[in-house]
Amino acid sequence: MSSPTSSHASFGARHREFLVVGVLLALLTVVFPVLNAYGVISNFTLTLWGKYLCYALLGLSVDLLWGYTGLLSLGQALFFSLGGYMLGMHLMLLIGPLGSYAKAGQNPAGLPDFMVFLGHTFLPPFWRPFNSFGFAAVMVFVLPGLLALIFGFLAFRSRIKGVYFSILTQALTYASMILFFRNDLTMGGNNGFTDFKFILGHSLDDKITGPATMRGLFVVSSVVLLLVCLFCHWLNGTKFGLVRQAIRDGENRVLFSGYATAHYKLFIFVVAAMIAAIGGALFVPQAGIINPDQMSPAKSIEAVVWVAVGGRGTIIGPIIGAIGINALRSWATHAYPDSWLIILGAIFLVVVLFLPGGVVSLPAKLTSLWRRRSPAPSAPAVAVTKPAPDRA
Amino acid sequence: MLLLSRLPKLLRSLLLAVLLPVPVLHAADTPRQTIVKAILTADDNQKRELITSLVGQGDEAIRELFTAWRQDNLYVYTAPDGTKIPVELSGDKDASGALTATRVDTGEPLKDAAGQPLHLVAAKQAAVEHDARLRLAMKNVVDLLDLGSPLLAKRLRAIQTIGAAQKPDKLPALLARSALETDSKAKAALREAIAVIELADPSDDVKLKGLTELRDLHASASYDLIKTARAKGEADAKPAIVKAADTALAAIDQHKSVVNFFGTLFRGLSAGSILLVVALGLAITFGLMGVINMAHGEMITVGAYATYITQKVFGEGMQFTLPFVKIAVHLPGLHLTGWAYQLYFVAAIPIGFLSAALVGIALERSVIRFLYRRPLESLLATWGVSLILQQLFKLTFGSNNVNVDSPVYLSSNWTVYDVTFDWNRVFVIGFAVVIVFGVWLALTKTPLGLLIRCVMQNRTMASCMGVRTERVNMLTFGLGSGLAGLAGVFVTQLGTVGPSMGQEYIVDSFMTVVVGGVGSIFGTVVSALGIGMADQSLQQILLNPVMGKILVLVAIILFLQWRPTGLFAAKSRSLD
Repeated sequence: MSSPTSSHASFGARHREFLVVGVLLALLTVVFPVLNAYGVISNFTLTLWGKYLCYALLGLSVDLLWGYTGLLSLGQALFFSLGGYMLGMHLMLLIGPLGSYAKAGQNPAGLPDFMVFLGHTFLPPFWRPFNSFGFAAVMVFVLPGLLALIFGFLAFRSRIKGVYFSILTQALTYASMILFFRNDLTMGGNNGFTDFKFILGHSLDDKITGPATMRGLFVVSSVVLLLVCLFCHWLNGTKFGLVRQAIRDGENRVLFSGYATAHYKLFIFVVAAMIAAIGGALFVPQAGIINPDQMSPAKSIEAVVWVAVGGRGTIIGPIIGAIGINALRSWATHAYPDSWLIILGAIFLVVVLFLPGGVVSLPAKLTSLWRRRSPAPSAPAVAVTKPAPDRA
Repeated sequence: MLLLSRLPKLLRSLLLAVLLPVPVLHAADTPRQTIVKAILTADDNQKRELITSLVGQGDEAIRELFTAWRQDNLYVYTAPDGTKIPVELSGDKDASGALTATRVDTGEPLKDAAGQPLHLVAAKQAAVEHDARLRLAMKNVVDLLDLGSPLLAKRLRAIQTIGAAQKPDKLPALLARSALETDSKAKAALREAIAVIELADPSDDVKLKGLTELRDLHASASYDLIKTARAKGEADAKPAIVKAADTALAAIDQHKSVVNFFGTLFRGLSAGSILLVVALGLAITFGLMGVINMAHGEMITVGAYATYITQKVFGEGMQFTLPFVKIAVHLPGLHLTGWAYQLYFVAAIPIGFLSAALVGIALERSVIRFLYRRPLESLLATWGVSLILQQLFKLTFGSNNVNVDSPVYLSSNWTVYDVTFDWNRVFVIGFAVVIVFGVWLALTKTPLGLLIRCVMQNRTMASCMGVRTERVNMLTFGLGSGLAGLAGVFVTQLGTVGPSMGQEYIVDSFMTVVVGGVGSIFGTVVSALGIGMADQSLQQILLNPVMGKILVLVAIILFLQWRPTGLFAAKSRSLD
């Protein structure tokens, strides 16, 4: 079960990696919005990249579980969507009075349009607190966290692990998806939530003020991603982080050494669920839509693809994977609409079969390949002694 | 008089005595001849009697002729020799304003002495008259026409419509028909319709008789009518009727719950069998080999498309273009019809198995053999394969669902005591039994089965003993995939066939195998039937398929708390 991909990196390399991530993200935070403000980068591209950053958060949550703890969760898309739905509820309540029913005078209570359509005349009680942004923001953490806590408690208590854990999380996601497809849950059914107009008093779709809001959301997403990276980096350095990696590499030995592995796993499962949920909450205003398709089992597996392609057990890997694959998708779905899925599948096959460490392991692999190959044509002795003058 | 002529003579004459009060009609008269007589008779009463005598006949010509009569298209043509021949004038007018003439008595074109078709000008012929009472009589006959229709479905619909109207004047027609009727379904429907009409009778005794009959029939379709009768009985303060109605309602309720129970049992059994057929292949690849094959659903799709292609080849043949390589494949059709064509499904069974097994073996050789020690990664790699296969199906066969016909021997049903047994579902149950038995035989009684079991228990040790483990792995995976292909052949009869159909089954099949206990075929059988039953019963109780499914998934998650390794887990002392 153990994987050799991210053997505990040396202290220096660990910090170097984080430094690269930090600098890149900080640059992104500043450069993109500025370029957008001056019209170099289109609004569309900025929003697209904002979404990529949210996907990167989802990727990091998968990586925390799979790359660092050895838990392949196929339910992270569920937590991502739940986070999105929580904020989406607040945004929906803001647009109720502006909807087509309200304009036609058929919506005195100012309900979201889909509720009026379904024949509701008053707001269901559990929707009421979502009038407050603060409550919605808290629920973004609480609901996914609570679900992860309950499910994780049950799963880890009975020592469900490995493939079984994956299949169970997938079943949980699947069950939730068909639940959210139902209209009587009053969560928008098939169509989900869409058509948002405001967030915290800022317009999302206005021609003039909208782009500024989007820039703001981009900066927030980028900063949150930076903070989460910082958190992951810090966690890796703690004793907790080390135990977690030990669980990945040999859970029974850790258990027999006297550690309650279930508690460690439960903690990280809840934290990862919350990280995915923040990603979802930031995703919704930027994408402008959230529906049950987002929690299909395929979406969860796709997030695992990003991590695998980028390189699991690293902080930069999921970010590279999420941005890279999604950018590739945006391009390929237009350039090669017929073969996009084949490309995705093939990338996945190739990475799993030939590059288990993902893209980030590529430089190291190439270097070692180079070192092995280059001495071959000439005598080894020459190769070892000669390089010194070149460097001088 | 087709139906009548088949009955013994005595009975026939008796019936005719009941049906036709006037003995003017010769028994051999066809409906057309009767109408001719009615047209030619001068006496209005006799006209009406002749028309009414057609009640209970199913000949469509009656409707056609009566319509023509009411629309003034019937005329009496007087032949040169003086005989009067009623004709129907129809079609477009020719140059002289004449229309095509059709003889009423035979439905053939009217011909002159030389045998040439005659065209007549309407204004020069004597029109057949009709008054309000005649039209009413004709309407009555047409209304009851479907009662005698040779098509059972039409007959049943007519009986139900007449019954639901509760018009006592239709009672004689129903009684006459029930004496003629031979089909048991139609007979029961007639009894119900008669009883329902009796409910509306003013006399209490007739009402009670109707209620008793309905109680004996468990007539659930008439539930509301009985309730109405009960309410009326209550309003009129007639306790006997209220009591009889209550008894009838209770009997119907009880009958309904029995029917529901057995219906649910059957549906649960068949849903479980589908699940079993789908999951059995996975029980081998996942349960025995430990490979998480996310492309298992696509093996089902391969089997389904193989059935589709077989059907096309048995029929008119098909053409498709392989994606990317752009090779056009043309499969010539055998152009079979009738039973030979219907046999395509039998041929599809081995074809579906073999094609999925070949795809499975190719997948094992190219991808999975590198991943035996990395189960989580086999999950990811095979998911990539599943994406590729889905897209290839889409590009080859189009993204719409394709249509696979049901062979006649699978597309009907039996109704036993009001419980419907669809043949395709009965077949799936039987088929599940056969393949479970087959797999058990293959695994326990054949040399290959022995090798499979020993390689799955300890690959290294088996290899040391000289077993060619690579080959066994390949064949085992081929067997598992082939079983998925078989499942694909069968789901063509139960669900849609499209490029992404495999995805519908994948979550369910994994759950089935996990609940049954990985590595145990018997466990898979028990859990498939259990999940199928639970699913169908919850649907029946909650009247809501989605909530039932969600509850089953939640129940499975909780169940695994109690037995984390499933129902029948292989016992082992090994630790990772």
